[in-house]
Amino acid sequence: MSLRALDRKMLRDLINMRGQATAICLVMACGLATFVMSLVMLDSLERTLNAYYEGHRFPHVFAHMERAPMALRERIAAIPGVARVETRVVEQVTLDMPGLAEPAVGRLISIPERRRPELCRLYLRAGRYPERGGRREVLVSDAFADAHALRVGDRVRAILNGRLDELHVVGIALSPEYIYQIKPGDVLPDPLRFGVFWIPEPELAAAFDMEGAFNDVLCSLRAGGSAAEVITRLDRLIDPYGSLGAYDRDDQISHEFVTNEIRELKGTAVVAPIIFLFVAAFLLNVVISRLVTTQREQIAALKALGYGRREIGNHYLKLVGVILVVSVLLGGGAGLWMASGLTALYAQFFHFPVLEMHVEPRVLVLAAAVSGLAGYGATATAVRRAMRLPPAEAMRPAPPPVYRPTILERSGLQHLLSPAARMILRQLERRPLKAALSCLGIAMGAAVLVLGAFMEDAVDYAMELQFEVVQRHELTATFVDTRGPEALAEIRHLPGAGHVEPFRGVAVRLRAEHRSRRVGIMGLEPAGELFNVTDLDGKAIPLPDEGLVLSTKLGEILDVRVGDPVTVEVLEGKRAVRRMAVGALVSDFQGVSAYMNRRALNRVLDEGPRISGVFVDADPVAHATLFRRMKEMPMVAAVTLKDAALQSFRDTMGEMIMRMRAFNIGFAVIIAFGVVYNSARISLAERSRELATLRVIGFTRAEISMIQLGELAILTLLGIPLGLVIGFAFAWMTTNAFDTELFRIPLVVERSTYASAATVVLVAAAISGFVVRRMLDRLDLVAVLKSRE
Amino acid sequence: MTRDTGVEHPPARRPPAGADDGVVFEARDVRKVYHMGEVDVHALRGVDLDLSTGEFMVLLGPSGSGKSTLLNILGGLDVPTSGTVRYLGHDLTEDDDRALTRFRREHVGFVFQFYNLVPSLTARENVALVTEIARSPMRPDEALALVDLEDRLNHFPAQLSGGEQQRVAIARAIAKRPDVLLCDEPTGALDVETGVVVLEAIERANRELGTTTAVITHNAVIADMADRVVSLSGGLVSNVRLNETSVAARELKW
Ligand SMILES: Nc1ncnc2c1ncn2[C@@H]1O[C@H](COP(=O)(O)OP(=O)(O)OP(=O)(O)O)[C@@H](O)[C@H]1O
Ligand SMILES: [Mg+2]
Repeated sequence: MSLRALDRKMLRDLINMRGQATAICLVMACGLATFVMSLVMLDSLERTLNAYYEGHRFPHVFAHMERAPMALRERIAAIPGVARVETRVVEQVTLDMPGLAEPAVGRLISIPERRRPELCRLYLRAGRYPERGGRREVLVSDAFADAHALRVGDRVRAILNGRLDELHVVGIALSPEYIYQIKPGDVLPDPLRFGVFWIPEPELAAAFDMEGAFNDVLCSLRAGGSAAEVITRLDRLIDPYGSLGAYDRDDQISHEFVTNEIRELKGTAVVAPIIFLFVAAFLLNVVISRLVTTQREQIAALKALGYGRREIGNHYLKLVGVILVVSVLLGGGAGLWMASGLTALYAQFFHFPVLEMHVEPRVLVLAAAVSGLAGYGATATAVRRAMRLPPAEAMRPAPPPVYRPTILERSGLQHLLSPAARMILRQLERRPLKAALSCLGIAMGAAVLVLGAFMEDAVDYAMELQFEVVQRHELTATFVDTRGPEALAEIRHLPGAGHVEPFRGVAVRLRAEHRSRRVGIMGLEPAGELFNVTDLDGKAIPLPDEGLVLSTKLGEILDVRVGDPVTVEVLEGKRAVRRMAVGALVSDFQGVSAYMNRRALNRVLDEGPRISGVFVDADPVAHATLFRRMKEMPMVAAVTLKDAALQSFRDTMGEMIMRMRAFNIGFAVIIAFGVVYNSARISLAERSRELATLRVIGFTRAEISMIQLGELAILTLLGIPLGLVIGFAFAWMTTNAFDTELFRIPLVVERSTYASAATVVLVAAAISGFVVRRMLDRLDLVAVLKSRE
Repeated sequence: MTRDTGVEHPPARRPPAGADDGVVFEARDVRKVYHMGEVDVHALRGVDLDLSTGEFMVLLGPSGSGKSTLLNILGGLDVPTSGTVRYLGHDLTEDDDRALTRFRREHVGFVFQFYNLVPSLTARENVALVTEIARSPMRPDEALALVDLEDRLNHFPAQLSGGEQQRVAIARAIAKRPDVLLCDEPTGALDVETGVVVLEAIERANRELGTTTAVITHNAVIADMADRVVSLSGGLVSNVRLNETSVAARELKW
């Protein structure tokens, strides 16, 4: 016998409670899996990001302007704190992609000739660097290449400065600037309709009359250099050249999305594991307490035989330890598996040269520590009780539990209750804390389900709001420059065009005291129908005649309230500086926006009735021809189609949401089942003697099942509504956690979400009930009555 | 888990010099009070009792008279409220939990009225529980052979009759070759014949291994087996009777 008798007992006890132990392991493993997954992803993302930024020289400060002379470059380089400077020409073009009815937007970025870029170096995935020679050789971003199955040697038709031209793809590249490749203003990347191209500088400059000039500048900082100071000095230098204002990494859109994801992973690494570990700890607590209670006399006997407190304590700690070790192995494995799946999914959104899953051993150690803390924390009291159990005391049979008439009975309603109902109620009332915790555990299952489905509800709601209520138009056309009212008339006369409304968009910097923010002000028609500014409830916010309407988030960033003044520094044209009042704040769910009455905006800009683009409502049948006609107009820089945007959103988000949903349902079922099954098992163990006695004196199986399952049913029925409330609270917490500049999640929980959460928990309860019923049917009357409880 | 604590405890079976009839236990004015809320229950009210080496003592007395309390105190399972209990001259009442555990581990064998076997362990494993931590134990199968259970080694308690379970409990108690064997109503739940088998096992331990033995019983007939019969009543020793000749378990009838 190599295994000591006490360890054999431990293993056999475990086998005896395998159902419960499995449930606990699974719940705990879920928590550890999300924990490991988020930490591994966090590590992988951060490491990859830092290495990429470092190796490919991601700048610290960015600025775009209309046209600056090359001579400025030296002066920018001389700004204290600046390490490296790169100047470029960046132009937006319309692409004509086969298979796409509407035009795609291409961004052409110049690359220096005969040297590598100082900053934002490219990673060449395939092909070679383009050479100058009038052939329009370009590198294309891998996202766009993948979306259109472009290969080296392919051609892309583009309108360069009003002239149709062909770009020759000679390579496929990635840039740290476009890890998240998204068109400014979009919610999600749309690789079909937005692509980045790199082209030799002389060619791009020639095509856009930018020889000897640049319109985009990148700076990196020396160690210890302050981005804010460099921005101030840089702004002073580039201001005369039509600058839109310099900004740092925080405002760089790709960086913003990546860091946002990192922030969310940090949230996930904390919130989800807490829920699961709480439930697992609760289950462990109940099961181990129960075990110590049932084994009271065994413990006493062991002590009488000469086993000490420490040995008794170790015995139970080992038992808990086995459960924890299995949980850690299971959870760690699942976490790594999920992380590798997520890595693949991330690769679709984040374009790194390589995104490798990186597993720090520290993560697994941390997971083990967390589970140890939760597991041993939850069982410490029970184990201490076992250790302290006075052996003499335990040799006496435990006094019968104290039952009292229930409140219902004391209030004189006992005639309403059958003996079975009384037994159920008395049991619940005798252990109110345990009943409450079981109820809470069941509630957690429902809550996790609500939380999981809520994300989908919220996204659906946001999409509907955005595409049905806010954007009532089918198409948006943006002009190359601002135009007069004649442009509006021109579009109106296109065949198929329905209602057409103009808008004026302008880049500004808003200042309130020392806080400032670069945004675009969208000037809308006061009584417009095609673009409605609404809050999260879909309530329209009327545009005031004067003054700005800001996103609530923007109000927070600038720390302004309705009525407060803000300074508007226009970053285009005459670069007017005006003080304006905040007319209204609107709680929207995406980005930070500013809206104004278009006429008021025209006045602020000291211009006539200029417009930057139009919203068009069109008969769906006419869409195709309308697109074609519009993209052929030289004044039109870009056309976007709402349906296409919506479709691409569905495509990209769909998969993500489906996966999240599958995980959430799996998790919730495990929690719900784990809790229900455990409470059922425990109360069966506590009352098997009583139930066996009832059977012996003539109760039928159905009748004793009633007693046993009745308790389960009551706990489940109380737990579900509680869980729905907690789920709503979780959803609320999530909306707060996700309250970033990029997104706000509306707090919307559909009824169907509540219904399906309740259903899943009920089904889990029913299955547990069925298992318990089968155990009751097999209840060995003789064995139960023979054993001393 | 340390098998050998290294700390010296009074050695076994070495009566103090000068004692012609070695005294194992020496209880003086032992009192035990349980505080039950408002009321104090005086389980023992000043018991004086000696137990000599190799002696077979039977404790008689009505229910609630304090028999179990006394036995538990002698065996180091419990501590008296006042008074002293010496084991081979060593005062047990001074001992802390750790020392009492060692005392039980090294010197005492317990047999309980309700067997108290570990249900998830086989007969052999239940005995192994003790042999694994004792200083010079028998092998588990040896101990089980002493109670005629050599062919039930791998049975779980649920697969044994009450008498067989009690014999496993006795094997478990004697396997460590204890210096004292304390039995609380070992036959309480058994019929006559099974009771006799169990008593024979105890008797054998006493006669063949020389184990000092104390047995609690409600059955006055069993008292005939004893060298000495001590009666308790209301927490006090009410009567002590010496048996000239003790009857073998086999001859008992009730
Ligand atoms: N842990 C305890 N708490 C309170 N009272 C106790 C406790 N243990 C024993 N008693 C009381 O002490 C008295 C003596 O109990 P003890 O168990 O020693 O009696 P006994 O002689 O063994 O009785 P029985 O023959 O019924 O086993 C009884 O009145 C009992 O109720
Ligand atoms: Mg007793």
